[in-house]
Amino acid sequence: MAEKMELHEIEVWDGNMAATHAMRQARIDVVAAYPITPSTPIVMNYSSFLADGYIDGEFVMVESEHAAMSGCVGAAAAGGRVATATSSQGFALMVEVLYQASGMRLPIVLNVVNRALAAPLNVNGDHSDMYLGRDAGWVNLCTYNPQEAYDFNLMAFKIAEDYDVRLPVMVHQDGFICSHTAQTVRPLQDDEAYAFIGDYKPKNPMLDFSKPATYGAQTEEDWHFEHKARHHNDLMNAFPVIERVFKEFKELTGREYKVIEGYDMEDAEVAIVALGTTVESARIAAKAARAGGIKAGVVSLRVLRPFPYKMIAEALKDCKAVAFLDRSLPAGAMGMLFNECAAALYQFEGSKRPILTNYIYGLGGRDMKQSDLLQIYKEQKQNADAGKLTVPTQQFIGLRGPKLGFN
Amino acid sequence: MNYKGWNEFEIGSLLFPFEKEGEKNVEKHAEERDYNSDNSYTASTAHWRVEKPVYNPEGCIHCYFCWLYCPDSSILVRSEKMTGVDYVHCKGCGVCVSVCPTNPKSLLMFNDHESEEAALASWPKKEEKK
Repeated sequence: MAEKMELHEIEVWDGNMAATHAMRQARIDVVAAYPITPSTPIVMNYSSFLADGYIDGEFVMVESEHAAMSGCVGAAAAGGRVATATSSQGFALMVEVLYQASGMRLPIVLNVVNRALAAPLNVNGDHSDMYLGRDAGWVNLCTYNPQEAYDFNLMAFKIAEDYDVRLPVMVHQDGFICSHTAQTVRPLQDDEAYAFIGDYKPKNPMLDFSKPATYGAQTEEDWHFEHKARHHNDLMNAFPVIERVFKEFKELTGREYKVIEGYDMEDAEVAIVALGTTVESARIAAKAARAGGIKAGVVSLRVLRPFPYKMIAEALKDCKAVAFLDRSLPAGAMGMLFNECAAALYQFEGSKRPILTNYIYGLGGRDMKQSDLLQIYKEQKQNADAGKLTVPTQQFIGLRGPKLGFN
Repeated sequence: MNYKGWNEFEIGSLLFPFEKEGEKNVEKHAEERDYNSDNSYTASTAHWRVEKPVYNPEGCIHCYFCWLYCPDSSILVRSEKMTGVDYVHCKGCGVCVSVCPTNPKSLLMFNDHESEEAALASWPKKEEKK
């Protein structure tokens, strides 16, 4: 039996260490992993804990990220609790198997420490990998700091393994700004954390020889569509379980999470919608904008998939102008947050149909400065007062060279 | 086949070979097992085969190379004797023919439409050492 770790009420952990402790406390059966910056410390910490006797499960070093997720699929189909971590190029290599994992409805937890995608090669944080995987049929949870990286890892197992969901879950955190920035984290003690997650409940495990199961069957045009539709249906209907887990977590820890987080939104006329560590920066900028007479707020998503279509519209419907901040190259289109939220807002009953803008920022770890965020709020105020667009719909912010904007 | 709606089957596109008693079923020969209707035992997976291996028992030494190498478990062996090919599942890859060590070979590829009699009648003679 693994040794228990005695944790302080307040620990100083970076996002990677926070995620690793949650994984350790979950008593995972199998971690199959291939390290890649900036998620490497998760895999490294985990193997140290195992070598030091704090983990009973198997740790499988494989030859690539494709093999890592394949190992996870095999172990999960066999009937074990499974998790791993990756970033960027490694995530890209995993993509094929991500679809296998979700299609086979295996409740794997994947820590994605968000990083840019090459070329040009870059190890720093942006959301390119998160955006790449958003159609892979996984639940996507978004965190903004190490405490949340810890909390959401615990909750991810509970959401993934619920019989009403039974889907793999990604927990996203920003590369370096979250993953390598030590902050205070209030962890649960080992027994308390495990009791929250609960024992693993297998479903159709391959190792049940009394009822053997075939995983990975082939279906053509006569069956495939029905299986995919069922997958989508169950993902769309995951919100009640996600919200119940958030509620149970609040009862245990006092920390409250919502599918859509609003900051200073009660009377906000203009809002920024963002993901990751930028949410915290935007909250600071919103306070400064309010000091300057702009009724500013911040809206952010905890759950990117399933997409909270009505909830995001409800949160933004009374605004006059909204800026959607996408930290991934839209590569020939408007940004994802802009597209998805705009459609929701346009349809929503009672929506005041705010003026919408899209800002592309922070690619490859470029800093999002307070002055950039204030500039965005000022442009929103300008749009709100004019009642129409006064800037291009899509702009690049924090970019050298002539101003870049489209539409 | 019963075409079910999207909400009518097990999640994860899983198939279950047996409804129950998996261990007991696998102790029996395939033809005696109580397979579910959606198991591929009764479904043909061979309809794209162009050439088929034909078995000639005359020179067979029952070494089971063909049985071991067949990627689709389509070599039928009963009571320690090679008995033929399962044409419902054989894809015609020809691996069994290439690993057959006898002279002449005891398995050879023929056009899928050729009859077994015609195939056996045209079987080559033993090659003499030169």
